[in-house]
Amino acid sequence: MLDGPIKILVPTGSLGAGAREEEVRYGISRGAHAIATDAGSTDSGAAYLALGISKNNRGSVKRDLTILMRAGADAGIPLIVGTSGQAGGDRNLDWTRDIVLEVAAELGLRPKIALLYCEQEKETLKKYNAAGKVRPLPPLGNLGDETIDACDHIVAVMGPEPYMAALASGADIILGGRTTDTAVLASFALLKGAHVGASWHAAKIAECGGQCTVSPAASAGVLISIGTDGFEVEPLSPTNRCNPDSVSAHMLYENSNPFLLTEPGGVLDVTDAIYTQRDDRTVVVTGSVWRPQPYTMKLEGAGSRRFQTVMLIGIQDPHVLADVDSFHDRLLAALYDRVHKTIGAAAGDFHISLRMYGWNAVSGDRPPPGTQAPREIGVLFVSTADSQEMASQIAKACNPYFFHFPVVMDEELPSYGFAFSPADIDRGPVYEFLLNHVVELDDPMELVRTVWIDLSLGGAA
Amino acid sequence: MVKLKDVCRHVRSKNAGPFWVTFDLFFDGPETFRDYHAHPALGPDTFHSLYGADPALVRHYPVPSLNMVKISYARSSPQGGVVERDMHCGQQFVRLLDVELG
Repeated sequence: MLDGPIKILVPTGSLGAGAREEEVRYGISRGAHAIATDAGSTDSGAAYLALGISKNNRGSVKRDLTILMRAGADAGIPLIVGTSGQAGGDRNLDWTRDIVLEVAAELGLRPKIALLYCEQEKETLKKYNAAGKVRPLPPLGNLGDETIDACDHIVAVMGPEPYMAALASGADIILGGRTTDTAVLASFALLKGAHVGASWHAAKIAECGGQCTVSPAASAGVLISIGTDGFEVEPLSPTNRCNPDSVSAHMLYENSNPFLLTEPGGVLDVTDAIYTQRDDRTVVVTGSVWRPQPYTMKLEGAGSRRFQTVMLIGIQDPHVLADVDSFHDRLLAALYDRVHKTIGAAAGDFHISLRMYGWNAVSGDRPPPGTQAPREIGVLFVSTADSQEMASQIAKACNPYFFHFPVVMDEELPSYGFAFSPADIDRGPVYEFLLNHVVELDDPMELVRTVWIDLSLGGAA
Repeated sequence: MVKLKDVCRHVRSKNAGPFWVTFDLFFDGPETFRDYHAHPALGPDTFHSLYGADPALVRHYPVPSLNMVKISYARSSPQGGVVERDMHCGQQFVRLLDVELG
């Protein structure tokens, strides 16, 4: 272990969200030994894994990488990035790699880069599944090969071991595929022999950057310092603070269990953790426990089985607003009837939903009796079918009814407000996560491929 | 009639991975935490009726040191599916605020 605690600079909750140069400078001046951040998660949905694309634009990721690569190179410390390109599939990782190479060329840097790939071939997973090595996590059941086949891309979520191996081999920059947020941030400290429970707990607290501070908007990042029996966390903005509530509350965030966090090689148990204010800005945490378990990697698989088309209208007509639920029900019934009559059995197992924005679109449930409608509502029409062409045909069949559905039968037909022509928009596939399983492994590197790009060897940097 | 919003300083909801939703109920203080965190109206049946959750897959985790209880349930339909209305489930806490705690 290095002399004193291991200090990890976590510049932002997610690469591309906006690292701040002055914060990074501050963290470096405090003696950071590594810069670490994740670059994605499953939060934004399955499309990013299925399509291999980032939710961020290229410019925002390049901007953050420019700040972090320059700072890392100047300080001579590694830059560690996990879940590259939002989903951490091979395409997401290659997209990030190309940006890193571009920035290196622009800054005149010649780093040794490790790329950690964890996307899986379907046939590989079928073999593990056949060998009884794949277990479901609730609420899903046992994995069938047809579900594996339905995925467009599958990743196995890495732990810290591939990062530790790359760091031990001298990587200046590591770009990882899909990894637990905590493993990315804990890897350097674990390699250097810091307290194992504290390394994992510090990483969980810092995984969203400034989110664990008193004023999350005031700090993009935090500095975690991991010692032999606990860790400290402080904001990278000198004017922001951490306190025991802000830090302990983050352990709860996006985690279904407030005390236990399951990781590839064990479980972090914070039941007996103690959070103490050290100075105005810094919190000390002790009592974090790591319980090793047999090694597993979680599988994430994304695919699409259905397609959608959408249309949108705005309604101010007081006749509609007088009884929104009744309007919804009659219109929905009329649209189903229209599809049955104009497309018939060819429409297949289709689905139509009407989302009444301003009324109950977020919940779908019925507001209590007597609830007043607002001045206007928006109605989003969503048709879902087995092909994009059929979803589109269903929307077109519904078009005249959706835009002109009468409330008062013996008056002229109304026209509701629509903003676009053509009015129907093919939204594309419905991407879903199809896997919630773990695969049991003897070796943490078994499903990981490490590729090196060593720009220090010369050539056109 | 006491409602949840009367005894909590903060309530939030968020996806916990694609298959689970988690609610954090931070009570005003130790007394309201003690009196209400295990109230039957915050039990699995409420999460079934409000969110369609399978009562067998609703989990309660009281955290006395923070005067809060975490309640997590498996989503009735996975994130991003055909009938998705709230990808992050970040708006789902609102309907819980008016639950009556008798």
